[in-house]
Amino acid sequence: MNDPASSNGHGSDARPNIMTLPVYMDYQATTPCDPRVVQSMLPYFTEKFGNPHSRSHKYGWEAEEAVEHARGQVAALIGADEREIVYTSGATESNNLALKGLAAFYKDRKDHIITTRTEHKCVLDSCRHLEQDGIKVTYLPVKPDGLVDLDVLAQAITDRTLVVSIMAVNNEIGVIQPIAAIGKLCRERGVFFHTDAAQAVGKIPMDVEAMNIDLMSISGHKIYGPKGIGALYVRRKPRVRLKALIDGGGQERGMRSGTLPTPLCVGLGEACAIAQVVMAAENERLRRLQRRLYEGIVKAIPDVFVNGDLEHRIPGNLNLSFAYVEGESLLMAIKDVAVSSGSACTSASLEPSYVLRALGVDEELAHTSIRFGIGRFTTEAEVEFAIETVLKHVGRLREMSPLWEMVQEGIDLKSIQWAEH
Amino acid sequence: MAYNDKVLDHYENPRNVGSFDKADPAIGTGLVGAPACGDVMKLQIRVGAGGVIEDAKFKTFGCGSAIASSSLVTEWVKGKTIDEAERVKNTDIAQHLALPPVKIHCSVLAEDAIKAAIADYRAKSGLDKAKAS
Repeated sequence: MNDPASSNGHGSDARPNIMTLPVYMDYQATTPCDPRVVQSMLPYFTEKFGNPHSRSHKYGWEAEEAVEHARGQVAALIGADEREIVYTSGATESNNLALKGLAAFYKDRKDHIITTRTEHKCVLDSCRHLEQDGIKVTYLPVKPDGLVDLDVLAQAITDRTLVVSIMAVNNEIGVIQPIAAIGKLCRERGVFFHTDAAQAVGKIPMDVEAMNIDLMSISGHKIYGPKGIGALYVRRKPRVRLKALIDGGGQERGMRSGTLPTPLCVGLGEACAIAQVVMAAENERLRRLQRRLYEGIVKAIPDVFVNGDLEHRIPGNLNLSFAYVEGESLLMAIKDVAVSSGSACTSASLEPSYVLRALGVDEELAHTSIRFGIGRFTTEAEVEFAIETVLKHVGRLREMSPLWEMVQEGIDLKSIQWAEH
Repeated sequence: MAYNDKVLDHYENPRNVGSFDKADPAIGTGLVGAPACGDVMKLQIRVGAGGVIEDAKFKTFGCGSAIASSSLVTEWVKGKTIDEAERVKNTDIAQHLALPPVKIHCSVLAEDAIKAAIADYRAKSGLDKAKAS
């Protein structure tokens, strides 16, 4: 196993000044595997290939030991006991298992779920699915800064409420919900608290004890680990019971059957161990880069707006709306910077981002949003390149925009009778 | 998604970007779409003797396909009479740019824009068929 504290030269600005184009700034979509993670995984593809559930020989034992060691690394990052970690295929499965598994077990006694309108699709769609099975779901609004109003949450809890499911960090706008306060409220009111922490674990300190979290979803590939692995934290005291979604050999204490993918488990564990060591310094460095990106763009050109609260936000995210420039056309223009957009044109549905709509962002501005996601391997030079590229093309596209022209002429766009189509 | 080469060409080198003075009686202006829908096109034509479109300009707020559709239309209508230009079909635009189904509305908007510009020109110059009848 590699020493997680060794820097390997990654993430430092001393990296040779050679830029791979396009510059990757979509760290909320996924992250590259840390080379140390890949190294830790390799033996488990070849010489240590055993089935961790084989009890009768060394191949099985060494695989089991690796999987359990990794489980301990995941648990250590979040202040949990290793027996509370259930491996899954990723945060989507974890969220499905948490919500559907809870509902299946407890629905005779409690049949109400509270979540928010800005959750990831896999939480919202799991809730929709459960509604068809007779579960009642409250989709809480969020404030214009993207954060949940605790008073509104408190009022929504009833004696039928089974679980409150609120994400720790939003995938589009990076805002951090008041998790500790939500956890405290849920504990006081005797309801379970599940948090989708796919974008939070490894990025900000998460402690299941201090935050009174009962279930927490974790993703491997968002934290420089491999794709195809995640985990669900399931509290033992007081015990949380789940009905499994997948039946089979009864692995993972019956909550998730199926042979564990040893290399992926090892990679997730290693990614968590690295995160625990580097988190503080990494956040400080990313905060500097985020500030630079913000100032380089928002202070240089007019009519650029930050979506979501800037302070209660992970340092790896900046979501901006560039008024009068449609998001997809900006994506095309800045093709040397790999980012994503909340524009309708980038989605199959032709609807702009539901997250931005939930914040009360005008549809028009939602169409112009770009999500910049920076991370462990982002350099200062890449940030400067992104700023320069954005400034150049926003200017060009505004010159091409009839809306920009009308605003320059002093026309109030809201006064125009647009033909909706 | 990957873009068709013709869309990329029009997007990266848009033809005829700009504006004419919309108060000029020889200019017809069409403004179609809505900011909330993510597409707004402004298309202008300058009409000369015999109803021939001498020049055309556009400005578009929209995705790459919307910009390409409006750029292409300005090229197509130049040199045509307004009666000929009115017969430009969205299907021709969509076919020429090989637009995927989800982008067909961009070509529809471009057809609407040229029709709106012609209608504006006719109304200003007293050629409005509806009013004449």
